[in-house]
Amino acid sequence: MTKRQLWMRFIAHIDRQLLLGIGLLLLTSLLVLYSADNASWDRPLNQMRNIVVALVFMWLITNLPLHYLMRTAVPIYVLGMVLLIGVALFGEISHGARRWLNLGVTTIQPSELMKIGVPMMMAWYFEKHEATLTMKNYFVAALLLLMPTALIARQPDLGTALLITASGFYVLFLAGLSWRVIGGVTVAALASAPVLWKMMHDYQRHRIMMLFDPSQDALGNGYHTIQASIAVGSGGILGKGYLNGTQTHLDFLPERTTDFIFAVYSEEFGLIGNLFLLALYSFVVWRGFIITSHASTYFTRLMAGSITLTFATYAFVNMGMVSGILPVVGVPLPLVSYGGTSMLTLLLGFGMLMSIETHKKLVKS
Amino acid sequence: MKKRVEFKNHQREIFHFQLRLVVGIGFVSVLLAILLVRFFYLQVARHNYYQTLSESNRIAIIPIVPNRGQILDRNGEVLAHNYSGYTLEINQNKTADIEATINELSTLVEITNKDRKRFKKLLAESHNFETLVIRNRLSDEEVARFAAQQYRFPGVEIKARLFRDYPFGEKTSHLIGYIGRINDAEVDQLEENDLAANYRGSDYIGKTGLEQSYESDLHGTTGIEQVEVDAGGRAVRMLSRTAPVSGNTLILSIDAKLQEIAEQSFGDYRGALIAIDPNNGEVLAFVSKPGYDPNPFIDGIDTQSWDELNNSPDVPLNNRALRGQYPPGSTIKPFMALAGLNFHTRKPEQTISDAGVYYVPGSSRQYRDWKAGGHGSVNLFKAIQMSCDTYFYGLAIDLGIDNIANYLSRFGFGKKTGIDLEGETSGLLPSQEWKTKRYQQIWYPGDTVSVGIGQGYSLVTPLQLAFATSTLANNGVAYKPHLVKEVQSSRSSENRLIATEPLYDLNIEPKDLDLVRRAMVAVTQPGGTAVYASLGAPYHIAGKTGTAQVIAMKQGEKYDAKNVDERLRDHAWFIAYAPAEKPKIALVVLAENGGHGGGTAAPIARKVMDYYLLGKVPKPLTDAEVKGAKEHD
Repeated sequence: MTKRQLWMRFIAHIDRQLLLGIGLLLLTSLLVLYSADNASWDRPLNQMRNIVVALVFMWLITNLPLHYLMRTAVPIYVLGMVLLIGVALFGEISHGARRWLNLGVTTIQPSELMKIGVPMMMAWYFEKHEATLTMKNYFVAALLLLMPTALIARQPDLGTALLITASGFYVLFLAGLSWRVIGGVTVAALASAPVLWKMMHDYQRHRIMMLFDPSQDALGNGYHTIQASIAVGSGGILGKGYLNGTQTHLDFLPERTTDFIFAVYSEEFGLIGNLFLLALYSFVVWRGFIITSHASTYFTRLMAGSITLTFATYAFVNMGMVSGILPVVGVPLPLVSYGGTSMLTLLLGFGMLMSIETHKKLVKS
Repeated sequence: MKKRVEFKNHQREIFHFQLRLVVGIGFVSVLLAILLVRFFYLQVARHNYYQTLSESNRIAIIPIVPNRGQILDRNGEVLAHNYSGYTLEINQNKTADIEATINELSTLVEITNKDRKRFKKLLAESHNFETLVIRNRLSDEEVARFAAQQYRFPGVEIKARLFRDYPFGEKTSHLIGYIGRINDAEVDQLEENDLAANYRGSDYIGKTGLEQSYESDLHGTTGIEQVEVDAGGRAVRMLSRTAPVSGNTLILSIDAKLQEIAEQSFGDYRGALIAIDPNNGEVLAFVSKPGYDPNPFIDGIDTQSWDELNNSPDVPLNNRALRGQYPPGSTIKPFMALAGLNFHTRKPEQTISDAGVYYVPGSSRQYRDWKAGGHGSVNLFKAIQMSCDTYFYGLAIDLGIDNIANYLSRFGFGKKTGIDLEGETSGLLPSQEWKTKRYQQIWYPGDTVSVGIGQGYSLVTPLQLAFATSTLANNGVAYKPHLVKEVQSSRSSENRLIATEPLYDLNIEPKDLDLVRRAMVAVTQPGGTAVYASLGAPYHIAGKTGTAQVIAMKQGEKYDAKNVDERLRDHAWFIAYAPAEKPKIALVVLAENGGHGGGTAAPIARKVMDYYLLGKVPKPLTDAEVKGAKEHD
């Protein structure tokens, strides 16, 4: 084999358009992290390491034929459930929430695993019963979704629970859940909102209240929202310029390398920057939809659709939260926020998308 | 067949899926639109609002307090200045247990009970998150000792600050006054006068004396530093700076040495002394005895010391020179004499026969002269020289109260002099109208008789009497008395002069003036009531003694100093100016409970005049002078 052939083999399962979009977002991440970390290389370098590791895993996944992918659905889901129960029983408490499980060598957050595990399991289940779908199947799939999310919500980790619910819902929706059921559940959810309100933890209620009037508690829970809105708003059309964000560099913005990194970006690059970022996300999502529409099997269609819609939801929830239209739920900006776990989960998802796209082509040819 | 159905199902299924996918795309588009609208709202529509918030987050405006202006005497002697020193201050917010911290600190630096009490008071009064002073004026050794242990006290810091200091202490207390921490009422006042901005960062304001009345000159203009701060409030870099402008320097007309001599000359007497240059109204000495040390007031005096000062029977906090109101006694006689001549009620050569008693025509009530048996044949000159009461009883009755009030008010009696200090009182120049208003009573001729010799309802402040004496010394040309000679601007080299133009000229008939002035010289010559005042003086002194009654004597009762409680004894007055021919100094001495003007007040005046005119520093009192105190008014 020549070098060229080797290279061709190496990139055979990479979707170039998707990689372009992801790559630009990752570059943006490094650029903004450098600023958010006050012109220090610490976080950008760590993030680069996270990216490299995640890219390797993504590359591995892209090379995995679809039937292998499908075969891992059940084991991942079962493992995730076991770990979630483990967390509920023996988990470590940090910041008032029981989310981490100490495995001796490392602590892990099993809810991250379920971000992939749940939609996979549901898609696998629908594929199994593809020919004879009845209401019962949707009900079982819903159960597969609700069991892990209930455990995660109890930790409590409302943000992750909501996102997993969303990804599972997208599977149900794409699998053709009837509009009547969707409507009924929506009405029921609205009706039970007061009950949910009562069941919520104080800090969660606070965060929702803050959404309506952040100034009520400007130095407490409202502080994040107010300072983030100031950062975004003061950025204006052109932004304050790279490394010139005063909200960022004078420490007014909290959690600016993680959940609130969008405020840093928005302050320094302004509306123009925001439009560029939205364009990048839209491009990735668009490519996701294209891949979804090409997908050859029921499982891959559902998976690709769910991954794409979930990714879009992530981005929307984070930007909505930073710009003050959604409560602060602790969702990172996908591919941009600092953090290894979410990077890995996201790129594994994109690896699947690429695999779905490229292996289908190989099958066809 | 089966295969076909499956195929058909497959097609339909794909179609349904694609439909759902389109709904999904639509959903994502809606999310995108929401974000676009939101970004437009924040970054375009509300950009200015958030820009302002961002700037106010980032920029702190730090006031730079100007150095307070100095106060110097006419010869450049420092009466109030600033010196840099160290204070130990506790930040309330960074200190959990203040009591324990203070106890810990007291092992390193001396912290007295007074310090603790003062700190508690400051703590109770503090309205913002300020640091409060626990110890002032640390010694270098104490600074070093604390600095070595500073890590143990996160909320305690040493600060270098400028301190106000009054080197003359109580000798100039009633004149200079003092500064103190700005209180709530003063904050309101400053806001009302649109001065709050200039006082940002200022902790002190003039509370009394010249520190108060020249506050606007002394304070200076506060500078501004715009600093970029981070969320923790730490300054990151300076954006702009407007330097403060120091307060103006006050140059007083006061002669500090003269002030000191005047103060000391009182000995143990309480009272007041005001010396004025009659040619321009410059106040040369301004004494109210006893004084108090103004220095502890600056950072808040402790309650115990305050109570001691406030409850002392000597009332050291009362500015007698400015606010004390006393009957003028016989010191009013020269002015009464001028009134008599002015209204032609008496001719200079006209004599009366004084048998020691006066009756108001048509009344049997007796008004005694101070001298039993009287002075015999008395004209105006002799009446002033010997302070003949009977002469002035008759003069007062013949003038009538309206003329008296009219004429005396021309010399400033019953009115504030307008000196550059706050809180002046206006004395009392009684009139028919006043009595009706005040007591709803008619004016009796007896009232007039008392006013004729400066008793009865009459009240003057030492300052008023000094102003009147000064005007008399200057032949009726009045100058407003003022303590500040010039204000030296810190901005330019230009000085602002205070009051150089005369207020008015009384246009007194020169021959009347001459007569009264000659009689006042005779007062200090053999045959006068204050002969010891000018004994051995190489210049002529014009003067007049006076006695202000503290308790009223009943009809027929005789006053005997020995039988009266010390604090109920008469106050001694002496007014004088010298040299009599061309006066350079006019002064008033009041010695509370001093008895006779000639005996106690006049020697004090003499020492002041000797120093001012001859540069002679007085020696302690001799036996002969003590004996002289026996002399009668």
